[in-house]
Amino acid sequence: MEVSDEQAVALARGGDQDAFRVLVDRHSRSVYRLAYRMTGNPNDTEDVVQETWLRAWRRLGRFEARAGFGTWLYRIAANCSLDLIRVRERQGRASSFDDGGVADTVAAGDPGPDRLAISDQVHRKLAEAMAALSPMERAAFVLRHFEGRSIEEIGEALGREANATKNCVFRAVAKLRRALEPVVSGAPCGT
Amino acid sequence: MRHLNEEQLILYHYGEATEDRAALAEHLGACPSCQARLETLEAVLAAVRAPVREPAPGFERQVWQRLEPEIAPRRPWSWPWAWAPRQWATAGAMAVLAVGSFLAGRYLPRASPARQAPVRAAAGEGRDRVFVVALGDHLDRSQMILIELANARTADDISAEQQLAEELLGANRLYRLTAANAGEKVVAEVLDELERVLLDIAHSPARLTAPQLEALRERIEEQGIVFKVRVIGSQLRERRGAS
Repeated sequence: MEVSDEQAVALARGGDQDAFRVLVDRHSRSVYRLAYRMTGNPNDTEDVVQETWLRAWRRLGRFEARAGFGTWLYRIAANCSLDLIRVRERQGRASSFDDGGVADTVAAGDPGPDRLAISDQVHRKLAEAMAALSPMERAAFVLRHFEGRSIEEIGEALGREANATKNCVFRAVAKLRRALEPVVSGAPCGT
Repeated sequence: MRHLNEEQLILYHYGEATEDRAALAEHLGACPSCQARLETLEAVLAAVRAPVREPAPGFERQVWQRLEPEIAPRRPWSWPWAWAPRQWATAGAMAVLAVGSFLAGRYLPRASPARQAPVRAAAGEGRDRVFVVALGDHLDRSQMILIELANARTADDISAEQQLAEELLGANRLYRLTAANAGEKVVAEVLDELERVLLDIAHSPARLTAPQLEALRERIEEQGIVFKVRVIGSQLRERRGAS
C-alpha cells in the first residue's frame, strides 16, 4: 500500500527517516525542475535541492496539511533558489543559464537547417534574457509560467503583495518579449 | 472598450484576469489589432515553454545519500566527531597564523621588488592557499555547530557548544576583517552574518528550554546561514582544487 504524503509527513515529524525518504524519492524531481529553471545550471540546482530538503526536515513541525506537501515544498525550494541567486549576484557571478535546459523550441520531427539555426538563436537569446532578469522577476516568472502557480500563490510563496508580484511577472514577460520577439517572429510556422 | 495594454494581455494569457475576462475576450474577438498582439505574445511565451533537462537516473538515491548524514539523529550534545574542545581551541591560533601570514605577505615591505617578483608571486599563491584552506576549515566547523543545533530535538545544557562558538567567534572576526580587506565582499558579508549567529549561540542561556531551543533554531534558519556557509565553503574548495 502506498503511503500518502500526509501519512509520511506525520511519521517523519516523529523522527522516522524512512518516511522522510519516501517524500524525498517522490518529490525530488519536481524540486529539481523548479530549481533548475530558477538557477539555470545543474550545479546550483543540486545545492538547492539539498538545501530544500534540509529546510523541509527542520520545518516539518510547522507544516500545515491544508496546503499540501508539494505546495509547501515548492515554496521552500523557490526561496532557496532565490537565496542562491542573490548570493551569486552579490558575488558578481551572473547566472549562467544552460541553453538547452531552459527551452527547446524545435518541435519533434525532422528540423531543417533553417529551423535549427533559428532554434539555436532562440536558445541563446532566451538564456541571456533569463539570466538578465532580477532574482525576484525570475522567481515570479518561473512560478507563473512553468509551475502554473497563480499570482496569489506566488505572492504568498515569495512574501510579496499581489500587486508587487504581478509587476514582477509583467517586467519579466516584457523583458523576455523584447529579447525573443525578433527571433520568434522570424521563425517558420511550427516553431 | 479601449485596446488592451500589455499587462491585460499577459493576465489574459495566464488566465489571471478572472473578473473582466469576459469583457477582454469580447474585445479580443472584435479587435484584430489586439488579437494580433495576443498571438505575438503567445508565440514568444510558447518559445519559453519547454522540458527541463532531467536529472540522471538514481538522482533520488544521491540526494538521500547526501541528506541522510545531515538529518541523522545524534545523541544530544555528544559531539561524535573528532572535535574535542581542546582541539577546537586551536581554531583561534590557526586563524591568527593563517591571517598573519596572509597579511604579512600583503603589507610588509620587501627589498628588490624586481628581482623578487617571481618568488613573491609564488609565495603569494601559497599564502592565499593557506588562507583559503584555514577559512574552509573554519566554515566546516561552524557549519557543524549550526547543523547540530538545527537538528537537535532536545537540549538541556549547551555550555559546551557555547564554548565552541566562543572559540569560533575570535577566529571568525579575523577571517572577516581579512576577507573585507582583501576585497572578498561576499565572503566578508557571510562571515558577518555567521558572527551574529555565533554570538547568539554564545550568549544564549546555558540551559535551554524546548521553546528557547526552537527560538534559537528559528533565528538560525531565518537567515539561511547554514546554506550560505555551505555555498561559500564549496566555492573555497573549488578554489583550493584549482590552485
